Amino acid sequence: MSEPVVQVEQLSRRFGKRWALARVDLTLYAGERLLIMGQNGSGKTTFLRILATLTQPTLGTVRLFGADPVRDPWSARARLALLSHQPSVYEDLSARDNLRILARLRGIPDQTASWLERVGLEDRPEPVHTYSAGMRKRLSFARVLAQEPQLVMIDEPYGQLDPGGFALVDGLIREISERGATVILASHLVERASRLTERALLLHRGQPRWTGEASRAPLAWQTLHEEAR
Amino acid sequence: MTHFFVLLQKDLLVGWRGRSRLVGLVTYGTSLLLLFSFALGADSAVLREHAAAYLWVALLSASTLLLAQSFQHETEAGALEGLLLVPVSPMALYYAKATANLVLLLFLAVALFPLTAVLFDLQGGISPLRLAAVVTLGSAGLVGPGTLYAALTARLASKQVMLPVLLFPLVIPPVVASVKGTQLALTGDPMGQLVSWLSLLLIFDLLYWSLGGILLGKVLDE
Amino acid sequence: MNKTLLLGALGVLVMLVGHGIGLFYAPPEAYMGDTGRILYVHVPTAWVGMLALTAAFAMAVGALWNGKAIWDSYMEASIEVGVVFSAMLLAQGSIWAKPTWNTWWTWDPRLTTSAIMVVAFIGVLLLRGAVHSPSRRMAFSAVATIIAFVDVPVVYFSVEWWETTHQGFSGRDNVDAVMRFPLLVSLAGTTLLGLAFIKARQRIAWARHLEEERAPDLPETPAPLSLPDPSNQKENLG
Repeated sequence: MSEPVVQVEQLSRRFGKRWALARVDLTLYAGERLLIMGQNGSGKTTFLRILATLTQPTLGTVRLFGADPVRDPWSARARLALLSHQPSVYEDLSARDNLRILARLRGIPDQTASWLERVGLEDRPEPVHTYSAGMRKRLSFARVLAQEPQLVMIDEPYGQLDPGGFALVDGLIREISERGATVILASHLVERASRLTERALLLHRGQPRWTGEASRAPLAWQTLHEEAR
Repeated sequence: MTHFFVLLQKDLLVGWRGRSRLVGLVTYGTSLLLLFSFALGADSAVLREHAAAYLWVALLSASTLLLAQSFQHETEAGALEGLLLVPVSPMALYYAKATANLVLLLFLAVALFPLTAVLFDLQGGISPLRLAAVVTLGSAGLVGPGTLYAALTARLASKQVMLPVLLFPLVIPPVVASVKGTQLALTGDPMGQLVSWLSLLLIFDLLYWSLGGILLGKVLDE
Repeated sequence: MNKTLLLGALGVLVMLVGHGIGLFYAPPEAYMGDTGRILYVHVPTAWVGMLALTAAFAMAVGALWNGKAIWDSYMEASIEVGVVFSAMLLAQGSIWAKPTWNTWWTWDPRLTTSAIMVVAFIGVLLLRGAVHSPSRRMAFSAVATIIAFVDVPVVYFSVEWWETTHQGFSGRDNVDAVMRFPLLVSLAGTTLLGLAFIKARQRIAWARHLEEERAPDLPETPAPLSLPDPSNQKENLG
């Protein structure tokens, strides 16, 4: 079998006196789609940021594409994309300018027009600070399309979206996955996100509570809430 | 190297698209120059003698706002994280940002100089070439450490205070050298002292532009 | 008994002996008279201040390249002791300048450089207070310490060119042998005291670090949720 894209063991991160993440194990192979479910503050974002090399683990090991990103984050960074709560763009520039800069930094051909069309932002020459939250989300997805990463992590794909945006996001995630990328979604909209994924991991207060097939994720989610009650 | 040029172009484009802020900085510098005249009284001989000092204090003061803005673009919507994930090396990031800040500060100097000349009634005998050399090296002396400190303070709650508190004591050498050098370029340099001040500026610039490139990576890690 | 306290007590003792000889047995200085006796306090203060800030620089380099918190605690201690001694240096200089030059402040290079250095390192201490994450606090203040320390000679150089009016360095050439002995004793005593201060302050910084790092044990993973059997799922969901 080929090498896993993501392999973490006993991954833990402490902020001050609180363990934001405790003893998470995970192995993902190329092309797999994983849902991480958890409430706000359950450690989803910390987990994704560690996988994106932006935060360092306190304990445990991470391997991305077979290498240790704590020692050398650079090679992993070129192959992954993180879609976080922020769009990672310049507010004073337009969507087009932002994508063009990204393409030139990554050294890939500039297909700005097609990326923008794909997310429905083709007629938006204004600076990003005039965009609505939903438009920013679309721009974030256009950035992921432009980067053509092998590992894509999406934190709250449905956050701040209008209802029309939900179907668009579903389509974009499918498209990214069909291109062969390994996809990790972190969301508390379990019902919807589980339809896009194969496997699921449930985090509660930084701890893994359940892992299994995505089709059973809504049940696990419900069970956790019943237990909490 | 490609990264450096793309980032430089990006920073200049952001500066151009946000040019209303630059106009704001020029206005800020102008009010400072006016304030100096009022604080010291309308003695044109005194004002003329110290014109270089007022110009540089105005530039230094405006530069802290400029430097802070240059990293606000990076942090307000997470752009900096996006750059790190491209991945862009912190060194390319530093040199592009410092160069862009130098260009913008020079623009500010060019805008404020005619005003200084008029307000403080500077007489002829100005050597434009020498003046350009002093202003360029002096501005590089402000943005060299300034860009690093802007990155360092960008995410602090007390950034408005911390940037000048850290930067001002540090840039006394380039300010002293720039004021003296500008005076010599304005009024003539019979003793040939300008070269020494220019070399002091050059040494300072080389030192801090090297340190900045090495140290920025240490500030961006988490 | 506590070693640091012993070191400090020894320092004070040696320092007092040095000062005593300097005040009561050494001859008055040829040009400055009795006010020249400030030498026995002033030179050691300057030396310890500079020594502490140089140590802070070395600790900052260590902290950046090795990342261990122990460097950070010594850096914090050295900066603080360096700032205190350098500030005392300024106060002594001012007190001495009043009867000698009839002014509290002159813009001579060494005085001005010391003042700038004090302000710069107070800035570093303020920065430490403004950063909450321990790892960032270490990295940020180490960078600021390196930058500020490297600035000191350049500041000195630029201020010297800007204006000059001060005494030359105290060295073998202009310090008489009768005065050199009490000076060396005072130097030794003050240095011991300075080292004791750094060690004592480091102990506080380290205790704070331990308190900051004291965390609950990594929790054990609880048993996985047991989902209801898929066959009676319908029943469960009602």
